[in-house]
Amino acid sequence: MIRVQQEDFDPGVELAGFATGNHAVGGICMFVGVVRHGSGIDIDGAAVGAMTLEHYPGMTERELARIEADANSRWPLEDTLIIHRYGRLVPGDRIVLVATASTHRKAAFEASEFLIDWLKTRAPFWKKEETSDGVRWVAASDADDIAADRWG
Amino acid sequence: MKVIYFAWLREKSGCSEEHVDPPPDVADVAGLVAWLKSRGPKYEEAFADLNTVRVAVNQEHTWFDHPVAAGDEVAFFPPVTGGMVN
Repeated sequence: MIRVQQEDFDPGVELAGFATGNHAVGGICMFVGVVRHGSGIDIDGAAVGAMTLEHYPGMTERELARIEADANSRWPLEDTLIIHRYGRLVPGDRIVLVATASTHRKAAFEASEFLIDWLKTRAPFWKKEETSDGVRWVAASDADDIAADRWG
Repeated sequence: MKVIYFAWLREKSGCSEEHVDPPPDVADVAGLVAWLKSRGPKYEEAFADLNTVRVAVNQEHTWFDHPVAAGDEVAFFPPVTGGMVN
């Protein structure tokens, strides 16, 4: 399931309602991404506080569904959930949630990592950071491409 | 044809979304960009460096040689940065 939303989500509520009633599920892996404080010490040394995520409504959902289908073709997953927020976020805010359920843990762990790597490189989100020097659009990161490339 | 701009392309062009009717010789994305640039300095600035511009036609990532036609939705945006910080 894919959800792209501005409002916060509750990981406990999501976990409680995820893959319930499926007795083939032996393990659930959940990853929650949080806006990190100071993650945006930029090249000029200015501290980054809040950021605003912009996305392409419609295409975002299509891309996330494609990434989800790709994960399902690679691992025997019983269920998947991707929640991605957009709008203005501050350090400490939850920004993304990925959950995977499988019969054996390895598939759940690997698929969740795969999903996160691809979310960073494929999903049509653009990030504007607020720094002490003003606001600026963040350029795409080569490091993220490399993280996604390892999945082939 | 619907043209959508995201992130700094929206800011530079001063436009988030517009319906355009380009001349018939505009056959692909590259032709569309050339025509959009001819419409004013803001568009020229937005499309000044195409190395930093990505395009989607009908919500599919594609290239500048992709054909465009009336009724298409063409979106221009910077390379995606994803949402996560770490």
